[in-house]
Amino acid sequence: MKTICLYFQVHQPFRFRRFRFFDIGESSYYYDDYSNESIMKKVAGRGYLPANQVMLELIEKYGERFRVAWSVSGIALDQFELYAPEVLESFRKLAATGQVEFLAETYSHSLVSLADPEEFRAQVAEHSERIEALFGVKPVVFRNTELVYSDDIGAMVADMGYRAMLTEGAKHILGWKSPNYLYYNAINPRLKLLLKNYKLSDDIAFRFSDRGWGEWPLTAEKYAGWLKNLDKNEEVINLFMDYETFGEHQWAETGIFEFLRALPGEILRHKEFRFATPSEVASDLEPVAALNVPYPISWADEERDLSAWLGNDMQNEAFTKLYGLKEMVKKSNDPKILTDWRYLQVSDHFYYMSTKFFSDGEVHKYFNPYESPYDAFINYMNVLSDFANRVKEAVGVTETEKELLQRKLKEKDEQVEKLQAEINELLEKRRLIATPVVEGVEDDETPEPVKAPNKAKSAASAVKPRKKTAAAGKTAAKNKKPASSSSKSAGKR
Amino acid sequence: MRVLMFGWEFPPHISGGLGTACYGLTRGMSHIPDLDVIFVVPKAWGDEDQSSLTLLSAESFPVRKKFVEMKGFLKEMTFLEVHSRIVPYISPEEYSRAGKKREEGGGVYFNTEHIGNFKFTGKYGPDLFQEIANYALVAGVIADDHSFDIIHAHDWLTYPAGIAAKAVSGRPLVIHVHATDFDRSGGSVNPGVFEIEKRGMEAADMIIAVSNLTRNTVIEKYGIDPAKVVTVYNAVEPLEITDRPYFSKPLKDKIVTFLGRITLQKGPEFFVEAANKVLRKSGNVRFVMAGSGDMFPRIIRRAASLGIMDRFHFTGFLRGVDVNHMFAISDLYVMPSVSEPFGISPLEAMQSNVPVIISYQSGVSEILKHAIKVDFWDIDAMADAIYGILHYNALSEMFKKHGKTEVDNLKWENSAQHVKQVYDSVMAK
Repeated sequence: MKTICLYFQVHQPFRFRRFRFFDIGESSYYYDDYSNESIMKKVAGRGYLPANQVMLELIEKYGERFRVAWSVSGIALDQFELYAPEVLESFRKLAATGQVEFLAETYSHSLVSLADPEEFRAQVAEHSERIEALFGVKPVVFRNTELVYSDDIGAMVADMGYRAMLTEGAKHILGWKSPNYLYYNAINPRLKLLLKNYKLSDDIAFRFSDRGWGEWPLTAEKYAGWLKNLDKNEEVINLFMDYETFGEHQWAETGIFEFLRALPGEILRHKEFRFATPSEVASDLEPVAALNVPYPISWADEERDLSAWLGNDMQNEAFTKLYGLKEMVKKSNDPKILTDWRYLQVSDHFYYMSTKFFSDGEVHKYFNPYESPYDAFINYMNVLSDFANRVKEAVGVTETEKELLQRKLKEKDEQVEKLQAEINELLEKRRLIATPVVEGVEDDETPEPVKAPNKAKSAASAVKPRKKTAAAGKTAAKNKKPASSSSKSAGKR
Repeated sequence: MRVLMFGWEFPPHISGGLGTACYGLTRGMSHIPDLDVIFVVPKAWGDEDQSSLTLLSAESFPVRKKFVEMKGFLKEMTFLEVHSRIVPYISPEEYSRAGKKREEGGGVYFNTEHIGNFKFTGKYGPDLFQEIANYALVAGVIADDHSFDIIHAHDWLTYPAGIAAKAVSGRPLVIHVHATDFDRSGGSVNPGVFEIEKRGMEAADMIIAVSNLTRNTVIEKYGIDPAKVVTVYNAVEPLEITDRPYFSKPLKDKIVTFLGRITLQKGPEFFVEAANKVLRKSGNVRFVMAGSGDMFPRIIRRAASLGIMDRFHFTGFLRGVDVNHMFAISDLYVMPSVSEPFGISPLEAMQSNVPVIISYQSGVSEILKHAIKVDFWDIDAMADAIYGILHYNALSEMFKKHGKTEVDNLKWENSAQHVKQVYDSVMAK
């Protein structure tokens, strides 16, 4: 018996408007309502609604034998509510059949799992509550944004009580192993892992309408034939893809909906196949081995790593600055700030800053509303700057105050450094003068001018060790008075 | 294959961007084994040492033949210097400097302002056309005296020479369009120049344009068959370490630089407006406009009326090492050109690790990835990009990391190979 597990990702980014630097401090509305609304309506009409309709029909037709799962990001849910409530309604209908499953993820479709365990937990809980409120079932299987996974992330997810998690069947992780079995987390074996069969998934998601592809046109019959030809012992085929595959990435004209409608029938014609949701797979199958993933993987690009989101200096700076605000955001406890905080974390913002598309292609370009990654970065940082100012104001740290302190510290540090240099110079001088003079002369007979640098030396030794830390800079700066006067007088002489 | 090339004097002589491009290209061509170049330049003799001068032609045309070995060239170059007074100038300063020489040497220079706007209304007008015609005459004689396979002429002043050489020898003609009068004049095209340009393009067997932008101008404004026009991008000479002065910055403020002629074509007014927007919002920035030109008074008045002159500086015309100095202390280079056939200067800035903002209306924007591109008129976008680069460190880090590599890969050797392919296609016809 082989299990087919269908899972679809539903997400739409909440795009920022063009936010110029002169908007910083002037306006705190960041969103491009027009694109967000028009894109959501377009994708709903072309993709989500007809696809959901097909799913409903399939459930009616095949009854219990057909299963399917989705993960809908909190950002997408928010936008359905705003712009396309009929999509939510159709998902509710699907939920009511009891044959579908909704998975948990981070509310913001964020990369927070790589930044902050506590915030990660909070966002997952927020999403789970929202899903339960909407569809009446609490999710028991987790999928991370872009299928990002590592041993540590898996362990955190297990701690949150999830039974299973989805990730990519990345070749560099699996080696000779097949993705078509159930695995478990290397740290906590209670967490089962379902691995995406990227070859078979991408045949539908990416290659379906590609006329240059040797297998075009792809029919449901042909596809079911491929599944049948797989190794007899393999247990589960995980077909994971973006839900936008239907109607948006592959237009209706390509025959994608007919394919979707026909596929379950073609599969179920063969007795050895059944459909199951991720949680059913996790409880029905025995895991075969632990999966070792020391470094995070994802389902993106050839490398299946994080380089599309955190692969360059700009992405890293934006990411670090963003999560650097966490404590203050929590302290602010302002609902408007918390909402913006959520939307700032959406992984797509970081994707737009990727410089990979210079070499790596069309997929990146397709999803990017910006002219260039530089453009995307500037816009994001402008928004983030404004947001940071608001957060600081809300918690009572005005920027000027903080800056003032920083500047003072820096100035004092510089002063200390300058004096230090002066002292070193004098010491050097003394060495030059002293060596010939001191030769054969008793200490108490040393002439006056040489003594002054002696003082300077003691001042230097007093300052030097304290310079090491920023906090000590202050004390060092306090000490500067005597040091400066002595070195100055020495310099004059 | 032997090429009879009508080019322009190499730097550091007065020549401007055109000479720089000719130099780079011929240097690149010297790396191609079976390709020889006879390089013909117009030169107004005056103060130089005359001893090496040999009259090439038995006629009365004074032509000096030199065999020159140059650094970076893999072959000896044959130089033919033709006594002529057509010289492309790059700025009024250059012109006036040359004017002093003119008195001493007795020759007459013309301000043809290769990339600038030439005023034909004055007394120089008819003389210039006469000079171009004379040059073409000499070109015919040279063509008769030498054997070669193909003719290559750089920009409109030498097109008539190219046509004459073709008529005499029957060899195919390639013309190289570095700019058209549409770029130079900002729309008010001189009919005399247009006529010469159009005739050259029509007579040519193949046309090389320095960008798709220029290629489109050639096709659309001059009505040339697109099949005949090929884009070959310019490149940039590698910056030698010894060329780079290590100046320290005099001010702690960030410096944003405009470097070029202060003329309509270069879009200086957009730079002032963008500077104003940035200065309204942030201190610790200074804007520098390096160059000179007819719009200078207007720009300085505008900057003064905006009340930003305490942070907006003019350096006058910079050349040679001063340019390097300017780049060395710059944190950002902006080229807001309204119409720039190619634009080598952003590449030079990137070589000095300076991030660049360039307009979409420049040929160089077609090949650069690691640069911010804006429309020249979009001062909001320009100001935003300036602010972003100055405030968000990762950006300039990115540009430093990738920009240099990108520029270092733009080699004249590649452009020369591309030109060779154009020759081959012409020869195969």
